[in-house]
Amino acid sequence: MAMEKFIKHTGTAIPLRRSNVDTDQIIPAVYLKRVTRSGFEDGLFAAWRNDPDFVLNQPQYKSGTILVAGPEFGTGSSREHAVWALQNYGFKVVISSRFADIFRGNSLKGGLLTVILPQEAVEAIWTTIENDPATSITVDLETRTVSYGSTTIAFDLDDYTRWRLMEGLDDIGLTLKHTDAIDSFEAKRPAYKPKTLPIRI
Amino acid sequence: MGKTLAEKIWEDHVVRSADGEPDLLYIDLQLVHEVTSAQAFDGLRLAGRKVRRPDLTIATEDHNTPTLDILKPIADPVSKLQIDTLRNNAKEFGIRIHSLGDADQGVVHVVGPQLGITQPGMTIVCGDSHTSTHGAFGAIAFGIGTSEVEHVLATQTLPSSRPKTMAINVEGSLKPGVTAKDIILAIIAQIGTGGGQGYIIEYRGSAIRELSMEGRMTVCNMSIEAGARAGLIAPDQKTFDYIKGKPHAPEDFEAAQKYWETLFTDSDAKFDVEITLDGNTLEPFVTWGTNPGQGLPLNASVPNPAEIKDSEERGAAERALEYMGLTAGTPLKNIAIDTVFLGSCTNGRIEDLRAAAAVIEGKKIAPKVRMLVVPGSERVRQQAMKEGLDKVFLDFGAEWRNAGCSMCLGMNPDQLAVGERSASTSNRNFEGRQGKGGRTHLVSPLVAAATAIRGTLSSPADL
Repeated sequence: MAMEKFIKHTGTAIPLRRSNVDTDQIIPAVYLKRVTRSGFEDGLFAAWRNDPDFVLNQPQYKSGTILVAGPEFGTGSSREHAVWALQNYGFKVVISSRFADIFRGNSLKGGLLTVILPQEAVEAIWTTIENDPATSITVDLETRTVSYGSTTIAFDLDDYTRWRLMEGLDDIGLTLKHTDAIDSFEAKRPAYKPKTLPIRI
Repeated sequence: MGKTLAEKIWEDHVVRSADGEPDLLYIDLQLVHEVTSAQAFDGLRLAGRKVRRPDLTIATEDHNTPTLDILKPIADPVSKLQIDTLRNNAKEFGIRIHSLGDADQGVVHVVGPQLGITQPGMTIVCGDSHTSTHGAFGAIAFGIGTSEVEHVLATQTLPSSRPKTMAINVEGSLKPGVTAKDIILAIIAQIGTGGGQGYIIEYRGSAIRELSMEGRMTVCNMSIEAGARAGLIAPDQKTFDYIKGKPHAPEDFEAAQKYWETLFTDSDAKFDVEITLDGNTLEPFVTWGTNPGQGLPLNASVPNPAEIKDSEERGAAERALEYMGLTAGTPLKNIAIDTVFLGSCTNGRIEDLRAAAAVIEGKKIAPKVRMLVVPGSERVRQQAMKEGLDKVFLDFGAEWRNAGCSMCLGMNPDQLAVGERSASTSNRNFEGRQGKGGRTHLVSPLVAAATAIRGTLSSPADL
């Protein structure tokens, strides 16, 4: 599916001071029964949101669009619903020092920008936004930087992914341009490779 | 320089590579289930696209299915809609499906191998992180998100950047009572939930070679819990023998085996990282916390967070003990449980059921303990019944269910209630994973069985 272009985002941020935030916390399995791509915001951090003190429930963080989380964010299941839940809730960016591979892949396919910063930089942002929740943070894909106040931090993202995000390109459409290459690869596949059809039982 | 097994398989599947772009990788098989596919099929419909290779695609129902009364209509209307959606999509796009009640229904990662569709040298994907299970056959198998499911349905390829390679050598021989599950729990405790990030792990060494195919699947299954993209084991005679005679074994077995025999890491190949574990000294392992890296030998005690140096880990341990309702210093064997779950894509195969049945045979379940035995597939269930294992479990006082993911994830009716504590042969002990407020200790089938007898975390040696 084509996605919204991501070039630059400015917003306020929410500190989530936890490591190993797994996809079962981001969205518990009971919320995965829907067959649509929308409406998953009610499941986002569902168990934690029962706690009135949970950071998402604090009024000063109500309008945050950038989530700043501890290391190993998104471990566990491959459920892309975790990305949809964050997006449906209104997040545009997640910042962490480490993301689980599948979650990161899903986020970048779906247009939720996951930014990897050193843990010290994450800690500095936490301190800043805890002191002043209204701090405006800009995440710029053009320059590959996160900036707030007088601080600017560069982050890495490979050129190809950056280009895809900035153009909002449909991955499938890109691959289908290489159908000839797929055809010729298939023509050379060995005959002993298994097929699911016709059914053998 | 030689190549690693993962590099050989990867290179055999590159359709196209270009500087600065991910490789376009051909996918030999996609497994599909109800939870992560509906939005992918919708995407195809919206774009007017077809499934490129229905004959390299197979679907089953497992995550959101009940394990009781499976032939009645599903009671929860939202769950029913999800199952019906998969059935309709399979029909519309011409995909083979094994539905509830079908002889080949079951947990998607149990179904592939038992049909013989999982073979060495393949690339296999599924919208499920435990797809790494299939790596036990010497395949590159990994979990993907729904956007990628759609991509593979449409193109039978996936743009993927090449992972780094890690070798985990487990040398020596396991002591009696120590299993594949203990190996992988010990590995995750050592390298952490992010230790495998960005890598394909190859499990090597004599303790791995000695494992049965079922045991190898258990090890590869939990690669994702170490953060790895995939995990695999070089195929050998055991692998070939396992596939031979299965419904989808190659007709020209000789030609296939000739290729499979080339699938090993060359002696002069270099891994990006190598890790070694002593198999001789491994003990039965259990988790005490809320991520799979928080595990210890069963003879140990609940750790004291104050003694953990790393502040991040210390904070995580404090939160975990609070959620788990545990006190530092308590011997793990003193922890009383109320629920035992035997099943899942990690430990729901016939060998797992046999191992647990041998421990409990002729005994009675501890008072106030509930035990769910959920075969990984309908075929496993049939086989177990042929061997009389169902009777062993029922006489013991356990519940004998139909196949599915069941209590591994709190999605279907099989769930822990708030505050309940399980010894579970599944793969994740996250907060609320088995039901909101539920507490999970990950264990092997042997530990699960001994725990059901004693009511506290135990191994067969404690009986």
